Amino acid sequence: MSSVTIDKAAPTRTVKYGSMSRDRKWALRWSYFFLTLFAIFSLLPPIYMLITSLKSSAEISAATNPWWVFHPTLENYVGLLTSNQFLRFFWNSALVSIFVVTITMLISVPAAFALARMRFWGSATLATGVFLTYLIPDSLLFIPLFKVFALFGDWTGIQLINRWYVLLFIYPTLTVPFCTWIMIGYFASIPKELDEAAIIDGASWFQTLTRIFIPVALPGLIAATIFAFTVSWAQFLYPLVFTTSTDQLVLPVGIITTLIKGDVFNWGQIMTGALLGAAPPLIIYAFLMDYYIAGLTAGATKG
Amino acid sequence: MADVALQPNRVGAAQPARKRSSLQKALKRKSTAAFLMTLPLIILITLLVLYPAFYSLHLATLNKSMQRFVGLGNFEFLFKRDTFWLVVKQSCIFAITAVLFKALIGFIVAHFVHNIPAKGQRKWRGMLLVPWVIPPAMSTLAWLWLFDPSYSAFNYTLSFFGIGPIPWTGDAAWARFSVILVNVWYGAPFFMIMYLASLKSVPDQLYEAAAIDGANWWQRIWYVTLPMMRNIIAITTLFSLIVTFANFDIVRILTAGGPLDHTHIFATWAFRIGIEGSDIPLGASVSLFMVPILAIAAIFILRDVNKRGNEA
Repeated sequence: MSSVTIDKAAPTRTVKYGSMSRDRKWALRWSYFFLTLFAIFSLLPPIYMLITSLKSSAEISAATNPWWVFHPTLENYVGLLTSNQFLRFFWNSALVSIFVVTITMLISVPAAFALARMRFWGSATLATGVFLTYLIPDSLLFIPLFKVFALFGDWTGIQLINRWYVLLFIYPTLTVPFCTWIMIGYFASIPKELDEAAIIDGASWFQTLTRIFIPVALPGLIAATIFAFTVSWAQFLYPLVFTTSTDQLVLPVGIITTLIKGDVFNWGQIMTGALLGAAPPLIIYAFLMDYYIAGLTAGATKG
Repeated sequence: MADVALQPNRVGAAQPARKRSSLQKALKRKSTAAFLMTLPLIILITLLVLYPAFYSLHLATLNKSMQRFVGLGNFEFLFKRDTFWLVVKQSCIFAITAVLFKALIGFIVAHFVHNIPAKGQRKWRGMLLVPWVIPPAMSTLAWLWLFDPSYSAFNYTLSFFGIGPIPWTGDAAWARFSVILVNVWYGAPFFMIMYLASLKSVPDQLYEAAAIDGANWWQRIWYVTLPMMRNIIAITTLFSLIVTFANFDIVRILTAGGPLDHTHIFATWAFRIGIEGSDIPLGASVSLFMVPILAIAAIFILRDVNKRGNEA
């Protein structure tokens, strides 16, 4: 018996001295437990999208267990991917996003270079102004912008409202300030010796930018590109205000205005459309997660 | 540095100076080059941000047909309407509650992620950031389907626990809850990522010192973590306050302001009046009410960001 009591006493002693490691083990278990809960919460809507997208309309209206697919079918995917209208939305979205990313980069990279390296009259004010513009939300500007473009159409006869390319003018107001801001941060972190060496070797400002700054700040450039793409792909308010004809709509607005017909919700197709609409950013994110996070944290922390 | 750099250029330009026009010489100057590089940015901001912003001030003083100047008539009209005060109240409730919960959940989850071995952190971080990656318009559709009055998957699950069907978007209180829930779901990952980044920058020695001094977990958070993260918490919260206050997608898709305007916030109400009701001046006046709050948040953010810049 005595040996048992000793055995019992031994753990208490080790517990007393080794409590930190035991605490850590428990902390770890709790961490995993709560992380699992939060991960379920985070992934619930996308998973539910996938589940519903694999169901037929008959199975959805039969109100069987919503969390399980009894008769998986690809008919929603086939239906959407062969519908010219849906492909048109996809095409419009892709076109708008690619053009906006290009325009954003062409505007913001030279501007960020000038603001980070070539101090000139008003450059500090302009940098602050860029940051403040980034803080102006879309919901503040959509009404005056709509009126401005309507007036522009009246004055010049060039009708831009209800054309998909009007978004090419509007989206940069969201993407350019942020991209310029984070590129200023990235450019400012490049050691001055690098561009001094280039200029001593006879490089022009333009060559310094393309040969030195862009390659060195490539991670920042990728982060900014991803940001511009994500924003223009996800934007909902501006296309809702500026485009109405079904052949001019981009994906998010297209899904909501055409797949929801009055009170009839074809949920199988809506979820399929939503999943396909979420796919491009998700795929980019899956491959370039680190750049994505770098861009996210750079926004508020100056590079 | 710049002066040294310019010497070769200047010498090069000096020899054939007679031939070159003053325009070309001006183009060689640093400030001219810099100005030209920022010109597209300046044009964009002036024409498509500043001009519309000031134009909306003008718009707000016109009558519905935009032909007559009514001064502050639109504002007087708004102040007399109960719906307007309802929208003000709801916008504040929505933004403050959502930001509070986002910050809290973000802070807790960031700690859990920080706690586990570094090897597995990437995987968890990757999963937890998914809500932020999906376009909000798309994910809100999934929530709308989860909240569906007759086929709600939540109500199906809850019915096993004997909890009656909840009118997620049908009842005013529940609709407000649902809108905030979706916003928290969408926004919490941003806080988590920001807090995680700043947690990683807190030196381990501080925690070791605190542990040696016998600090418990609460004291470690209160006296070490929070002071070190103070700046990031402030910036992130203010940022999120702006974005949440100006939110449009989630409320628009989930409830479209209903039931009976009980979830309208500034952006959705301005859209309803200005675009759907084609009373552009009144819509512009409604969205102008966001300016004071945005301006206050922006001033504080700017102060914090500049402070951070000086520290670095």
